[in-house]
Amino acid sequence: MSSTQEFEKAAATSPTTVAEFKSHDQSAVKRLQHGLHQTPWAVPAIVLVGSILVFGLLLGQKFFSPFALTLILQQVQIVGILGVAQSLVILTAGIDLSVGAIMVLSSVVMGLFSFRYGWPAELAVLAGIACGTFCGFINGFLVAVMKLPPFIVTLGMWQIVLATNFLYSANETIRAQDIADQAPLLQFFGNKVAVGGAIFTYGVIFLVLLVLFMAYVLKQTAWGRHVYAVGDDPEAAELAGVQVKRTLISVYMLSGLICAFAGWALIGRIGSVSPTSGQLGNIESITAVVIGGISLFGGRGSIMGMLFGALIVGVFSLGLRLLGADAQWTYLLIGVLIIAAVTVDQWIRKVSV
Amino acid sequence: MSNSTLKSALLAAVAFGALATAPAYAASHSIGACLITKTDTNPFFVKMKEGAEAKAAELGVSLKSYAGKVDGDHETQVAAIETCIADGAKGILITASDTSSIVSAVKQARDAGLVVIALDTPLEPIDAADATFATDNFLAGELIGKWAAATLGDEAANARIAMLDLGVSQPSVGVLRDQGFLTGFGIDVKDPGKWGDEDDARIVGNDVTAGNEEGGRKAMENLLAKDPMINVVYTINEPAAAGAYEALKAIGREGDVLIVSVDGGCPGVANVKDGIIGATSQQYPLLMASLGIEAIAAWAKDGTKPAPTEGKDFFDTGVSLVTDKPAEGVESISVAEGMDRCWG
Repeated sequence: MSSTQEFEKAAATSPTTVAEFKSHDQSAVKRLQHGLHQTPWAVPAIVLVGSILVFGLLLGQKFFSPFALTLILQQVQIVGILGVAQSLVILTAGIDLSVGAIMVLSSVVMGLFSFRYGWPAELAVLAGIACGTFCGFINGFLVAVMKLPPFIVTLGMWQIVLATNFLYSANETIRAQDIADQAPLLQFFGNKVAVGGAIFTYGVIFLVLLVLFMAYVLKQTAWGRHVYAVGDDPEAAELAGVQVKRTLISVYMLSGLICAFAGWALIGRIGSVSPTSGQLGNIESITAVVIGGISLFGGRGSIMGMLFGALIVGVFSLGLRLLGADAQWTYLLIGVLIIAAVTVDQWIRKVSV
Repeated sequence: MSNSTLKSALLAAVAFGALATAPAYAASHSIGACLITKTDTNPFFVKMKEGAEAKAAELGVSLKSYAGKVDGDHETQVAAIETCIADGAKGILITASDTSSIVSAVKQARDAGLVVIALDTPLEPIDAADATFATDNFLAGELIGKWAAATLGDEAANARIAMLDLGVSQPSVGVLRDQGFLTGFGIDVKDPGKWGDEDDARIVGNDVTAGNEEGGRKAMENLLAKDPMINVVYTINEPAAAGAYEALKAIGREGDVLIVSVDGGCPGVANVKDGIIGATSQQYPLLMASLGIEAIAAWAKDGTKPAPTEGKDFFDTGVSLVTDKPAEGVESISVAEGMDRCWG
């Protein structure tokens, strides 16, 4: 045999390591960009800590006290809970404009079932939760099965649900004192735990637990990975065996369910059942989601970031009010933050490592 | 075609024509009126509509009601005015969402021969409408201001006051009530057309509530973070007061703070009864609307325009202070009486 076959020689010069991705450019900026790509909640976390420090320096004790800091948590609890619902939908590259309306209708159902029909509070709460989940199901069915754009579906549902809310309740408020007397369970989330000067309402605790739980579910369960996959590329997800329709419907139903809990928490916060509350919930929750670094184009971001986003808005609102600034400055700065957040998101998306 | 069939066909045609014109003839002689409110969901406007409908039925006026989709929905109100003109109505009752922008649409209606009456909210300028039937909002504020000062007595000099206003755009209703309260309390209001420019040390701050419970709670929390010793709270309306009460309850101060408000809705008066609100100024939407319909009927009959209340540039539909703790020198009615006359 003259020799072994020639082609084997080539193997001698071939690389011996396993194929891997290499960073072509190791500049600090690129590494930062890569780091941010890996941890989508990092940017809002940095902004949050920064804004707390700035307002802490400007205002001192008034702002940097356990009382004021937990007050911020109380003020963002409703938007935070709605934000969880909104995050789920936006992760699937959708948007839910009906979250605030579903929340209010659910709370009105809880109130009216207790007071108009005399149901026990436990059943009235269940009815409210069922109502929210059902609204979510309609959204999900129209988006997943009828293939209508989420923006249009939820724009319509927003108006339908809000109108139902006003027609059904005749826009009558149920007073806090009557609820405390006859159906205190409706105010459950308003109960509080005081630790030193810090005050945590059950609503705040619920928000934190909900965020941690959903963060775990999204990262660690098959369903959670399917949500990201559907948001990133539904066709690819379908080919990979994800049941896209079922996942979408479950996401919208879960969103409606969480909105109903937000409605329950809303009664705890304002004491009464008021059909005029929460009408800006859709915009406020989208704001929290966007500032929190969840991409409006789907498939990217973490629910933890949304919580930080909501807190940033809360810190700015309270901080500026304590400084005595006109409320318009808050809106202006929140607007700047929204645009900045999307800019950062776009920049991170261009990561080329 | 025989002669007789031609005749009967002609007769039929004439009869048909008479039938067709008869309702139109009747309609042109019945008086048409329009009611345009800010929203059709706020109990205040719901009550206003009820008052107008009842009076219209009584006087044989045919009433059409329109409303904006949300508070501040100006476009829908303009469209409603245009519809009324096209409809051949004799007069319009309107609570304007945008008091100065609506003026050109109102002028169109008046030029077309309609009488336009502003209800509850004066236009800017006030004489852009033929008449204004409204609560004296400044007086409503002044009454609760006087009551709060009298109730505190000497302590009024050391009061810590929170001002819970309506919105950042400072709508006229909110400004009048706020400035009335401060005047009644004995505080220099500086520019009476604007809240927030006062420098009296007793004022802790102003915040906005959008007139609902949620906003009331948040605004109160913000001001309490500024100064936890607030002991007097002015609120633009009773839902905002209910929200403020929740914030005070959360820090255990609900017992030692004086809350005053304006409106006189039934849940609000019930809150006065329970001691949550100290006193509230009650206004009368039913009366505004029924008087408005009467004025349109009078205009259609002989062209008389309603005259304003003596010494004021609008027709005052009255306001009463509702409280069970009357204060010296401030006229008030009891909660029981307020309950009888409440709305919503």
